[in-house]
Amino acid sequence: MRIRAFAAVMAATVALPCFVQAADLEVTHWWTSGGEAAAVKELAGAFNATGNKWVDGAIAGSGGTARPIMISRITGGDPMGATQFNHGRQAEELVQSGLMRDLSDVAEKGKWKEVIKPANLLDSCTFEGKIYCAPINIHSWQWLWLSNAAFKTAGVAVPKDWNEFVAAAPALKKAGIQPLALGGQPWQANGLFDTLLISLGGKDLYEKVYKDKDAKVAAGPEMAKIFAAADKARELAKGSNVQDWNQATNMVLTGKAGGQVMGDWAQGEFSLAGKTAGTDYTCLPGLGINDVLTTNGDAIYFPLLKDEAKSEAQNVLAETIVDPKLQVAFNLKKGSVPIRGDIDMAAANDCMKKGIAIIAKGNTATSTDQLVSADTQKQKEDLMSEFFSSSISVKDAQARFVDIISSAD
Amino acid sequence: MAKTHQSARPNQLFRNLNSKIASIPMIFVALVIFLGGSVWTVIYSFTNSRLLPRATFVGFDQYERLWGSARWLISIQNLAIYGILSLIFSLVVGFVLAALMDQKIRFENVFRTIFLYPFALSFIVTGLVWQWILNPEFGIQHIVRSLGWETFEFNPVYDPDIVIYGILIAGLWQGTGLVMCLMLAGLRGIDEDIWKASRVDGIPMWRTYLFIVIPMMRPVFITTLVIIASGIVKLYDLVVAQTSGGPGNASEVPAKYVYDYMFQAQNLGQGFAASTMMLLTVAIIIVPWAYLEFGGRKRG
Repeated sequence: MRIRAFAAVMAATVALPCFVQAADLEVTHWWTSGGEAAAVKELAGAFNATGNKWVDGAIAGSGGTARPIMISRITGGDPMGATQFNHGRQAEELVQSGLMRDLSDVAEKGKWKEVIKPANLLDSCTFEGKIYCAPINIHSWQWLWLSNAAFKTAGVAVPKDWNEFVAAAPALKKAGIQPLALGGQPWQANGLFDTLLISLGGKDLYEKVYKDKDAKVAAGPEMAKIFAAADKARELAKGSNVQDWNQATNMVLTGKAGGQVMGDWAQGEFSLAGKTAGTDYTCLPGLGINDVLTTNGDAIYFPLLKDEAKSEAQNVLAETIVDPKLQVAFNLKKGSVPIRGDIDMAAANDCMKKGIAIIAKGNTATSTDQLVSADTQKQKEDLMSEFFSSSISVKDAQARFVDIISSAD
Repeated sequence: MAKTHQSARPNQLFRNLNSKIASIPMIFVALVIFLGGSVWTVIYSFTNSRLLPRATFVGFDQYERLWGSARWLISIQNLAIYGILSLIFSLVVGFVLAALMDQKIRFENVFRTIFLYPFALSFIVTGLVWQWILNPEFGIQHIVRSLGWETFEFNPVYDPDIVIYGILIAGLWQGTGLVMCLMLAGLRGIDEDIWKASRVDGIPMWRTYLFIVIPMMRPVFITTLVIIASGIVKLYDLVVAQTSGGPGNASEVPAKYVYDYMFQAQNLGQGFAASTMMLLTVAIIIVPWAYLEFGGRKRG
């Protein structure tokens, strides 16, 4: 490392006066909660160790706030060195219009095609055979988090699946406990619905609706069952007057609510509060019914830059991200599953291990972010947030859902 | 300046050349940025632009989808409720406050400052403050309940049916002070002699206000109306800070629809269509006003 730094200084003084400045790489992301920030620190440290400099560009306020800022910077001609997006189609048009850098060389050198698992992560980075992003972690949505204390207060056993949870709800209510915690932000209602769909309806139904966009299936009796379940969930969630997902998680954490359906990033909140899986809280992947997890998560994209030295630094960052050591360090802090199957995650806690095992078995499905466009996703969010906060009938909601699916792309 | 100064040259184009040159940047900005930008937006609202603008025209598809969208309809309805009520209440309350202030009361400056103070706060701060005040667990409901009325219910932020009134309260709190100041300025512009004359004639004070003073304040009312109305159409930050459009879609407004669809849904065409509809609304408000203000004066 010292030799490389020395070489950099030499190069900077002799040949390329812009080299030192060029090795500064601004990385924008929305990892701002406690566990997330710790994970970013790992990544920044590993990148700095290569002789380059990580310039942190954290944007507070979740992806919905951060993405418009990132996109307008890239389209407006002021690209950063690298930026976070979720796996999927959020950066699709940026790639199509040639604003992103092709990483195929780095990918080939690092044998990404062989090490990155599941393969669909790399597929969503690929456009016309070239690779445009480096996947960094896997998150899945299909988790039911339960407060053991709440069920103890209510005098019922901790449920083993969604159906038992629904059955236990009256007892919770009687004890003055909110059965299901649900934050008011639209993406949470949408995520809850999609989780019910894949966990209760199965992977086939999920793929027919979101992958094939089959309006007939969306209008069919199987989906009607999902909407009935969502109606039940709506009833159980009534009264949780919170906005943010971590406030809802906090209700479960403190035993004020029985459970919450939320992605495995909620894990970070539990471990931050020093709770132990199994005794303080219970996690049920696939809602305890269907062991299939979707592979959401984050990837780093690299805007096309004119500066050669900066482009070189982008390659280095891409290599760093996929590096096994960084994968372990980063994902342990973040509470997510690493993107390669060939590393040891012995330090992970029980819930994380359950998730890793399911993904290793190959029981994965492509996430909705990858299957449908941001536009369709937003329409779904609008529908679901309205559904969960109002009293529109199941029938009307399904009819509107069919409309969205039939015009989805 | 100096119009009477000898105008030897007949060529009108070069009269006052200096000021004409000086106003070129302003004209340029108005034409290219304001007008040009608006025209561009309207044109691209007929395309299927997604994340980036592209000129593939699809006719009225975006508008069809817009008017078929439940969220847009809710937004329009909310804006109508908020708009009409805030127009009425801020004018009435603003005028009454101004009339009270005009009674040569003591500490007028203090009261004026207090009433105008909320206007110095941004909508974001206003929204957050009222989110807390109206929160059932910390705010008004909690206080009244702890005073003994156990069943008291006042929860506009989390009740989809009345959430827009919660926003209205915050909006009025913020904006009424300004209306009061405008009205007060108008009242002060009324000649003392008119008051004296009406007193001599024995006309009661309320009738003087209603039938003499208010008609005389027409220009002030129209200016106030335009200021309030344009503030209503662009309502966005208050909603974002106070409820983020929730619960569900219950407090969505058109400006938020535009932003969400342009940037979160990455569907510029849809956002442009919505903003064109907003432009149309503003035009409907501004054009009659401009006609009344400028068209009328020329004739008179």
